[in-house]
Amino acid sequence: MDSLSRRHLFGAAGTLMGALATLSVLGADALISEARAQGPAKDRLVIGISLEPPVLDPTKNAAAAIREVTTPSIYESLGRIDRNGAIGPGLAESWSISEDGKEYLFKLRPGVTFHNGEPFDASMVKFSLDRLFAADSTNPAKSLYTDIDKVEIVDPATVKVTLKSPNSFLLYSLSLGDAAIMTPKTAPTNDKSPVGTGPFVFKERKEGDSITLEKSPTYRDPGSIKLNTVIFKIVKDPSAQVNALLAGDIDAFPGFQAPELVERLKKDPRFAVVIGTTEGEVILATNNGKKPFNDLKVRQAIAHAINREELISAESGYGVPIGSHFAPHNKAYVDLTKTYPFDIAKAKALLAEAGYPNGFEATLKLPPVGYAQRAGEVMANQLGKIGIKIAISSLQWPQWLSEVFKERNYDLTIVAHTEANDLDRYARDGYYWGYDSPEFKAKWREVLAATDFTKRDELLKEAQRIVSRDAVNGFLFQLAKIGVWKKDLVGLWENSPTPQVDLTGVYWK
Amino acid sequence: MNTFFARASRHVGFQVGAVLLLLFVGTALVSLLWTPHPIDALNMRIKLTPSSPSYLLGTDHLGRDVLSRIMVGAQTSITVGLIAVAIGLTLGVALGAWAAARGGWVDEALSRTSDLIFAFPAVLIAILITSVLGASAQNAILAIAIFNIPVFARVTRGAALAMWSRDFVRAATAMGQGPVGITLRHVLPNIASVLIVQATIQFAVAILAEAGLSYLGLGAQPPVPSWGRMLRDAQTYIFQAPELAVWPGLAIALAVLGLNMLGDGLRDLLDPRLRLLRVG
Amino acid sequence: MLEFLSRRLAAALVTLVLATIVVFAVVEVLPGDPALVMLGTDARPDTLAALRAKYGFDQPLLTRYLQWIGGLLTFNLGNSHAYGTSVSKLIGDRLVVTLPLSALALGWAALVAIPLGVFAAWKHRRPGDWGVMGFTQIGISVPNFWFGIVLVLAFAVTWQWFPAGGFPGWQEPLKSVHALILPALSLSLGEIAILTRVTRSAMLDTLREDYVRTARAKGATERRVLFHHALRNALIPVTTVAGLIAGFLVAGAVIIESVFRLPGVGQLVYDSINNRDLIVIKNVVILFTILVLTVNLLVDLAYALLDPRPRIRA
Repeated sequence: MDSLSRRHLFGAAGTLMGALATLSVLGADALISEARAQGPAKDRLVIGISLEPPVLDPTKNAAAAIREVTTPSIYESLGRIDRNGAIGPGLAESWSISEDGKEYLFKLRPGVTFHNGEPFDASMVKFSLDRLFAADSTNPAKSLYTDIDKVEIVDPATVKVTLKSPNSFLLYSLSLGDAAIMTPKTAPTNDKSPVGTGPFVFKERKEGDSITLEKSPTYRDPGSIKLNTVIFKIVKDPSAQVNALLAGDIDAFPGFQAPELVERLKKDPRFAVVIGTTEGEVILATNNGKKPFNDLKVRQAIAHAINREELISAESGYGVPIGSHFAPHNKAYVDLTKTYPFDIAKAKALLAEAGYPNGFEATLKLPPVGYAQRAGEVMANQLGKIGIKIAISSLQWPQWLSEVFKERNYDLTIVAHTEANDLDRYARDGYYWGYDSPEFKAKWREVLAATDFTKRDELLKEAQRIVSRDAVNGFLFQLAKIGVWKKDLVGLWENSPTPQVDLTGVYWK
Repeated sequence: MNTFFARASRHVGFQVGAVLLLLFVGTALVSLLWTPHPIDALNMRIKLTPSSPSYLLGTDHLGRDVLSRIMVGAQTSITVGLIAVAIGLTLGVALGAWAAARGGWVDEALSRTSDLIFAFPAVLIAILITSVLGASAQNAILAIAIFNIPVFARVTRGAALAMWSRDFVRAATAMGQGPVGITLRHVLPNIASVLIVQATIQFAVAILAEAGLSYLGLGAQPPVPSWGRMLRDAQTYIFQAPELAVWPGLAIALAVLGLNMLGDGLRDLLDPRLRLLRVG
Repeated sequence: MLEFLSRRLAAALVTLVLATIVVFAVVEVLPGDPALVMLGTDARPDTLAALRAKYGFDQPLLTRYLQWIGGLLTFNLGNSHAYGTSVSKLIGDRLVVTLPLSALALGWAALVAIPLGVFAAWKHRRPGDWGVMGFTQIGISVPNFWFGIVLVLAFAVTWQWFPAGGFPGWQEPLKSVHALILPALSLSLGEIAILTRVTRSAMLDTLREDYVRTARAKGATERRVLFHHALRNALIPVTTVAGLIAGFLVAGAVIIESVFRLPGVGQLVYDSINNRDLIVIKNVVILFTILVLTVNLLVDLAYALLDPRPRIRA
């Protein structure tokens, strides 16, 4: 009896304890699943970026990260680059171009206000464009705008831009963040507290950590913006980027930089991994002004020695082979990867013809970026196979800019040219490749003068062929844009025709 | 000398250290003549494969044999460490002996300068130096050597000062021998043991420093294999091939452990009363 | 005493002045043009010149040196060229990562090392002592950044108990402490080894002292002898060494910060070197130097006050 009751007692207690435990577990579960269901608040988005924007004003500094964060979210320009790289109306509603390609008449959008309450009109456009090409301009892209002769206010809603010589890329250049329209009142302080006309206003910045934007109350079309808060979180290291995504600290990484880690993310059902294209041509830049690279045969030999399949494999398979300096997704692209196909015997023969039967020694100066470091080791190996003995030297960016780019003190380097329409660099005097071709320069003048875009595309193809034929540089591959984001996030760009993160059409499902 | 070997045969730490050092130097020597695979044989088809009979430690992100690269990496460590210590030893001993013999402003200048170097955050200054001169094995050596000079200078000065107060040195002075002669004939031979021990320890410190600089990308440049650089590359692939991050680190740790144990062993055997500087 | 103090202080000041000259010179000869870094590859020469003039890079060397020193003396460190914000704010924002990291590492090191050192001294020349000494030998030989990577492999990749890197920020205190645990453990490995050795040898010294023998003779328990009599006095050199380590820890964290991608002061300097943000490099390096000099000075003074025996250094 005694033992029985005791057993009962224990039994009851046990049941009670069990029930409590179950309850608490269920309760916790319910709480957790509730938190999960809520997930990230539906109007808040945390975007990971790998490089920190130094300042928040694209007219003061060349860093691509500034454009990612500020355009077109904070600042807008006259034109607007869409997800396919096409140019549409921005702060200018429409425009017309004169027959000779020298006069542009911009009709401005009505009802636009700056974040500080100032109404937008032609005077701000004149102010912003004037400071692009002024003598004391410190705009990093000043050279894009030096064809402009003058900017005139026709009426508060119309601006006329007159060029010294035609420039068929002007509309594109005026759509970049470098030509963002600002008000004279805040222009000096925009690097720290940016004020523009875009759909988001700057809220706060924590250096080395994050930049927070909020939906602008004064935006002209408030209904089109679904996000209230956007946080750009800086995560430099690739493995930390993966961790932040896996831990749910970041919702989206539009420009994920580590192809070798993508597999890990693909395994996770929460994420969509979207592979798109960029404007980044990775080239083995060659000092055409220096022996032995001034010899076409040597450059052709190098071109034949390039095994693009192997290079792209080092990028974990992400990247598209290129044979000239032009992005494959552009409609004026022509495939020139077979101009000098991979052929070691031919490469050796060309080297021997050039007078280097036993090859020669050369240095390969690499900037501190993942693709260059990876491609650098592979490239050194491939060139070694035709007898070119490569010594690799890793440089910090400042050194690369001074030594390689400015002083042209180099043999070979690997770098991605990420600007759109950057074929024009082959027509520049004193550019770091030391390429000086009257033929190409003449062709490029034709390209600039062509106001008919179909004709311009044909001319661009011819220009690509010249560069490819002359083997100015080793043309390796086009960088892929690897975007990783939560599956229920809609509207981010798949491709990256320009380094922007356009948030206007982005929402949570 | 006989007693040295007799005592060494009973000193386990010294023996372990000696064996590890032999392994370290032996690997480097063997790799001069033979490695299982050529160290720069790229093969993207077999990248990041786990260990197998033909690739004992697997392959790296470019399909190269990790074991071969670790073997050749020993050469890099030894070269950088040895030269850095040799520079530090030569200049440091000369300066330290000079300060001890001359005293006065020389001594004062030396202590101010070594105070100065010790006050700098070593890692940051080494990064700055390689930034100024460019990332390469030579400049890594230089950056490490700079911090070695005051270590040897201090040890030499301290030990030499003690010698200068000894009777036989005083006698030599009284007999009209010059300071250079006394330093070479009497002082340096008598402080050799402390220098040998300190050099062994500094060798270990230098290997650690080289690994750290290479890890930051500031040491030997690819395709020359270096352990620190291998760790840096491996960390990128930590989710796919975690074992890649194990081997180079193990190699560093064993090499440094060997030298440290040998150094401590030597101290016990040569002169148990020695006080060592540990910087780094 | 006063003479010793003033001589020691004067020597430290001379060192400091020399240090500012060296740091300034090294930063000046850093190759690369900060203006070019800011404006990028499309910048025109006139644009670059305009920016250089704006930041005063075109001023004579001596002017810039004196301006910097003047700024240091008035606690005005100037503005970062890259970020446009004040250098003191940048450093402050990073110290809130580096200081807790160093403190955590040092605290943990003391917690492990002191008992280990006491144990080794107690088991002097017996297997327990050998074991501890072997461990310390490993501790000073394993590169701490590799230990960090191994910890990441085990606790972040395999078991996923800790994040593999990054720092959430102190608005999330729990997550932040969580993120600092692996880095602090890696940073502490070498310090544990050194502190254990110091504790052991200090304990061995004090155990030989007369008052310890007296205590033993009077029949005090072994525990009381070890912890009450011996350890108390052995703690003086242990604290000294811990202080010296603390000075170096803050600056020495740069590689560990790199392994764990922590936005600490070390990373700030590293990034500033890569951006040629010269004003940040100069100021942080000299602040570290001041820190180390101050710690050394304090240690020397404390020794002069507490202990008449000759001064030792780590």
